[in-house]
Amino acid sequence: MTGQEMAFLALGAIAAAGGVAVVTARNVVHGALFLVAVLAAIGALFLLLGAEFVGWVQILIYVGAIVVLLLFGLMLTKAPLGRGALDNQQRGIAAIVATGTFAMLTWLVWHAFGDERITFVRAVRTADIGNALFTSYVLPFEAVSVLLLAALVGAILLAKKD
Amino acid sequence: MDAIGWIILVAKVLIVFAFLMVAVIVTVWAERRTVAFMQQRIGPNRVGPFGILQTLADGLKLFFKEDVVPAGVDRAVYLAAPLVAVIPAFMSFAIVPWGNTFRIGRRVVEMQLADLNVGILFFLAMGSLMVYGVVLAGWSSGSTYPLFGAVRSSAQMISYEIAMGLSVVAVVLAAGTLSTRGIVDAQAGTWFGFVPHWFAISQLPAFVVFLLAGIAESNRPPFDLPEAETELVAGYHLEYSGVRFMMFFLAEYLHVITTSAIATTLFLGGWRGPIPPFARPVWPPLWFLAKVVVLVFVFVWARATLPRVRYDRLMAFGWKVLIPASLVWVMATATLVALGPVVSRATLVAGTGLAAGALALWWLARVTLARRAGIRAARPGEEVARGGR
Repeated sequence: MTGQEMAFLALGAIAAAGGVAVVTARNVVHGALFLVAVLAAIGALFLLLGAEFVGWVQILIYVGAIVVLLLFGLMLTKAPLGRGALDNQQRGIAAIVATGTFAMLTWLVWHAFGDERITFVRAVRTADIGNALFTSYVLPFEAVSVLLLAALVGAILLAKKD
Repeated sequence: MDAIGWIILVAKVLIVFAFLMVAVIVTVWAERRTVAFMQQRIGPNRVGPFGILQTLADGLKLFFKEDVVPAGVDRAVYLAAPLVAVIPAFMSFAIVPWGNTFRIGRRVVEMQLADLNVGILFFLAMGSLMVYGVVLAGWSSGSTYPLFGAVRSSAQMISYEIAMGLSVVAVVLAAGTLSTRGIVDAQAGTWFGFVPHWFAISQLPAFVVFLLAGIAESNRPPFDLPEAETELVAGYHLEYSGVRFMMFFLAEYLHVITTSAIATTLFLGGWRGPIPPFARPVWPPLWFLAKVVVLVFVFVWARATLPRVRYDRLMAFGWKVLIPASLVWVMATATLVALGPVVSRATLVAGTGLAAGALALWWLARVTLARRAGIRAARPGEEVARGGR
């Protein structure tokens, strides 16, 4: 087992443990902080695999923006200190959805990459990512941007009083 | 990496760390003296020559103060928040090239901690982590004013991060690389033999946006709403004392220095400058330092000169002025870069001139029309006829 493989396993373990902690944390802000650990570990996994650009974008967007917005929202609404329980009584449905998603993703990853060895490449050029994004993956890219636009319009509609 | 490589790396880390600590100490003192001078006061002048040891004395005092943890705080988060504020502030400096390369024997030493391929992205990522210190400190204190400070700062920092990121995008487009060393190299050479190829000139709008967003990101006056004394007592670090308070203080000044260093790298040609034929490796760091000092002075100058902005105006300025302006500038830069290989240089210059002229004409017409409308509105008869206000 090489050093990189060990680091991969350790980061994976951190991400998985953090994921469990997110849903078991009693305090909702602590849950958000565990989410930071999960997302940062995933960012570190990208870095380990030589995807520098994706790794730092993961940190910049998910850790630096999305979870901060989450915390912002929690503070504006209700984020009690201490062991305040904010439970929305949906454990059964949540468990079914989570198990289903997990099973589907596991099957998908197994089916697609089941017998492939992980090779640690040196580094991916940022220009290659840009070219791939705007040639082979331009349709998903555009679909995601339309989705974001729809979310923006929806947010404005919700926030508008009159 | 062999043993000597490791020794060089550790030495560089120590040099950067020591430089940042000394720079913070000197900056705090220089700021107090400068602001005092601008306000016709004397400022700290008792400890050491010109009072230069004042910050050191204050730091020692804070070290030996009691570290009070109020009852009812979220203990783990409360204790961790100052560290979360300080660490990214130190880390951002890792990608700043503060000099050229030099040789020790056969070994080439770069005057930079890490030349990442995506260096500038690393800076933006660290900047976005800086919010956590403020937000967590405010929330975990469990008291009203810190929470207000935290809410304000998270909104402010996220908003200005976008403008800052867009201004960086314009520079990256112009330089064609995300590496900080590459961006400095892209600014080599001169126009007409004496005007340096700095992005501060060819990317002036991006430079202005970057500086404004940098002041807002580091929560400095006139954008220091997260800790506005007159409204929030002290904002997010209200409950902190002793060495933990000092950490927030340190983080703020580190942020000022790092932002100045990055602005130097992106816009002022980094370590580039005329290099005399003697003591060659010494000059680049000196040029770099001189430029950083000038930018830090701009931070202090803004603080001493401008009154604090009202919160809603701050947000409106960020979203309605800075972000659209930098978006337009990114589009313009991208167009110029894309046209570069297609269109001849003369056409490009003429086109840019025409566009600028049209813009200036439009602006002039708008201002004139607005003034005439203003004069008409100011006529006393009409004012009464409209019911007056």
